[in-house]
Amino acid sequence: MKIIILGAGQVGASMADILSREENDVTLVDINDRLLTNLQDRLDIRAVLGVASSPEVLEKAGAEDADMVLAVTNSDEVNMVACQICHTLYQIPKKIARVRNPAYLAQEKLFCDHSIPIDVIISPEQIITNQIQRLIEYPGALQVIDFADGRVRLVGLKAYYGGALVGHELRELKDHLPSVKTRVAAIYRQDRAIIPTGTTIIEPDDEVFFIATQEDIRRVMKELRTIEEIGRKVIIAGAGNIGYQLAKSLEDAKFQVKLIERNTERARYVSEQLEDTVVLNGDAADEELLREENIESMELFCSLTNEDEANILSAMLAKRLGARRAMAIVNRSSYVDLIENSVLDIAISPRQSTVSALLSHVRRGDVVAAHSLRRGVAEVIEAIVHGDEGTSKLVGRSLGEIKFPKGATVGAILREDALIELHKETVVQDGDHLIIFVIDKKKIHEVERLFQVSATFF
Amino acid sequence: MRIATVLKVLGILLVLSSLTLLPPAIISFTLSDGAHRAFLTSMGVNLLVGLAFWLPHARKKTELRFRDGFLIVVLIWVVLSLMASLPFVLLNHPQLSVVNSIFEATSGLTTTGATILTGIDSLPMSVLYYRQQLQWLGGMGIIVLAVAVMPMLGVGGMQLFRAETPGPVKDNKLTPRITETAKALWFIYLGLTLVCGVSYYLAGMTVFDAIGHAYSTIAIGGFSTHDASLGYFESNAVNLVAVVFMLLSSLNFALHFAAFRSRKLHVYLRDSEAKIQYFLIVLGVIVCSAVLSRFNVFETLESTVVQSVTQVVSIATTTGFTTTSFASWPLFLPVLLILLSTAGGCAGSTAGGMKIIRIILLFKQGAREISKLVHPNALIPIKLGGKPVSDTVINAVWGFLSLYLISYVILLLLMLGTGADLVTSLSAVSASLNNLGPGLGSVAENYASITDAGKMVLAFAMLLGRLELYTLLVLLTPMFWKS
Repeated sequence: MKIIILGAGQVGASMADILSREENDVTLVDINDRLLTNLQDRLDIRAVLGVASSPEVLEKAGAEDADMVLAVTNSDEVNMVACQICHTLYQIPKKIARVRNPAYLAQEKLFCDHSIPIDVIISPEQIITNQIQRLIEYPGALQVIDFADGRVRLVGLKAYYGGALVGHELRELKDHLPSVKTRVAAIYRQDRAIIPTGTTIIEPDDEVFFIATQEDIRRVMKELRTIEEIGRKVIIAGAGNIGYQLAKSLEDAKFQVKLIERNTERARYVSEQLEDTVVLNGDAADEELLREENIESMELFCSLTNEDEANILSAMLAKRLGARRAMAIVNRSSYVDLIENSVLDIAISPRQSTVSALLSHVRRGDVVAAHSLRRGVAEVIEAIVHGDEGTSKLVGRSLGEIKFPKGATVGAILREDALIELHKETVVQDGDHLIIFVIDKKKIHEVERLFQVSATFF
Repeated sequence: MRIATVLKVLGILLVLSSLTLLPPAIISFTLSDGAHRAFLTSMGVNLLVGLAFWLPHARKKTELRFRDGFLIVVLIWVVLSLMASLPFVLLNHPQLSVVNSIFEATSGLTTTGATILTGIDSLPMSVLYYRQQLQWLGGMGIIVLAVAVMPMLGVGGMQLFRAETPGPVKDNKLTPRITETAKALWFIYLGLTLVCGVSYYLAGMTVFDAIGHAYSTIAIGGFSTHDASLGYFESNAVNLVAVVFMLLSSLNFALHFAAFRSRKLHVYLRDSEAKIQYFLIVLGVIVCSAVLSRFNVFETLESTVVQSVTQVVSIATTTGFTTTSFASWPLFLPVLLILLSTAGGCAGSTAGGMKIIRIILLFKQGAREISKLVHPNALIPIKLGGKPVSDTVINAVWGFLSLYLISYVILLLLMLGTGADLVTSLSAVSASLNNLGPGLGSVAENYASITDAGKMVLAFAMLLGRLELYTLLVLLTPMFWKS
């Protein structure tokens, strides 16, 4: 596929990295020469220097025969104009753009083929807010991913002593929870992936990924670790877009929220917009302030400012002062590896989340969702099976018969929005949603190919 | 340094290169000229050494770093030159010493075209073919070929690619992906060779000569299947074909790519580097014709013009075909031509020399310094084709010039140390460093009279020139080897 990526920032660079490794022709456009030179040395891509919305630059980047454009510059306006130009002048079929400003996002009429033609809009702030909310719903979870519009979820968590299943074989799960349909899809032990079978024994400190319907998730989590009640008291540090939106949705869900913001004007503005939230003007790393606000009785401390270092340090401080759990936004992936599960409970990477969201739209076949797991080591995709026995490589065949590429396992099958039991004999039908773990990301293309229907289908 | 990965890539490339010994072996078999044993033995050795490097590390999967790239490229050129000399060592006719074999093989692979052989016309056909093929393989570079056919080199391929392709600006990829770029380059190369071969055939060469000369013309090599080089054919048509294709091969291959893709020829007239190339050659032809007629070297005006056009293009593009003994022309001309060869061809071509683009940048930088004397506060960007050139590139070009001069002086002193006379040493070092081939004095015809030590010095100079100094010299710094 020929893909043009506009903007070589963190998201643009990550996407270029991922996509170029999957044998796409990637062209990266940016106005920063040094950024481009650096990336071009590392990645197998072409770089074009210039303003992303200029037709001249786009033409140089090969817009005439491109299949997709990803507009992820740091300006909403440039992204939107670039998509417009790609549509009008070059008829690029798929246009994906990042738009941050909620004022644009609120206007649904804006984004359609005859005004601003963007097929998919990615808003990192919204994605992060949702993600944090899920994590608050399931204390102890490291990652929560929605499938089938949230009816089925994938949860990743660390197993601890105290969970009923820890130290036992996986097949006992069925005896423990006879009415629950769930499936452990992958286990990471000391950073190595294990393909789980019935006789796999879960050890403490394993990172376990399981799939279950929304209502069963907490029961399954209880099997793997002692589980805390959802805390109702939350402190958020940083009232940027993410902090503000999170506070708003948490107060709607009847949480007790305190929001700390350093900038007086922003703090006043936010306090006027929010109803029940207590907005505090001050420094989140101020020990006195945190004590004053009863940090020791807080269930959760979220530091969501723009600075990685400030986020990490203030979250560490809050944890030391007695907050039960602390999470922080951390953009640098090298920091994430350093701190997660040691000094902090969860590190959220906006970059990673944005990349995940973008991935699901870049994937071919009928892939409806694609997410990076474990900071990009693995990927999980949800794809819909189409066709009949003649045209599809999957329909009418049992799981035992289908040749999945090595390193790819079926985590679950959703049929009419319900999880079905998986055996070797389970036969795939038209319309099934397959959730597939891909541990070796090089095999993603092969997995995608499985879902493509041969031409006679049409 | 990840030695395992380096050895693995080296092994794969050696296995790949062993295949190139198959065609001469087949020719030898069909003509039963008795040389097949040498080729088959070398092929076996090549294959075994390659496998010995490759197999123990076959499962190692690490990405190449910049440093590994330099090491691999230099190693492959050195090892390949040695391997390529093996058939010469093993052959009964011609009977060559080890040093002579290495010299001949290196000269072939680096597209220099200097030879120690005499009586070329009487050599077995397979040996003649082998020499021409060596030049052809070295022209585009075996690593570019490897990147084209082996996607597994992947991202690391870029590092190798950069270390091997000529020119100061290394990142103007033709296509987004490196394998596609490498493929495109080889298709252009193959296409040019094919058209050139057919043209030579139509101009009156035999099929064998046409193929052989197409190889060495497009690679800007200069080996011929005859002692008298192109002069053997005594045909204006052959000279014309040679001139056209030498010129084409000395242009940046990105131009051919752009012309092919847009199906328009004006790209050849718009490129600023190509324009200077044409200018230098036209100027050279005019000066050359004028001096030749002044001294009445040739009898007719026609032969004066024909000889100067052929000779100027052949030397200025660093090919090194000869149609007449230009070394015996008035001394001004040979020296001028060798200086022209120092400028060489365009970046991204198969030609040697310093590359026209570097000369342009040096000239513009000099002009800028002079303008600055007049306007001390002026900001004068250096532009090429209307686009500003970054200071890092310009600094790299200055660095290149100083390294070139230092290398030249050291190599010259070494040559003089081996007992060669001044004219011979000056021209031999130039001809080797610029990958030109023929020199003056006692190396005007061939290099047989040079001492063994001298031959090794020149072989090193050829590699230095082919890898454009930096890639080879970086290995000689202690910094490179410190982890």
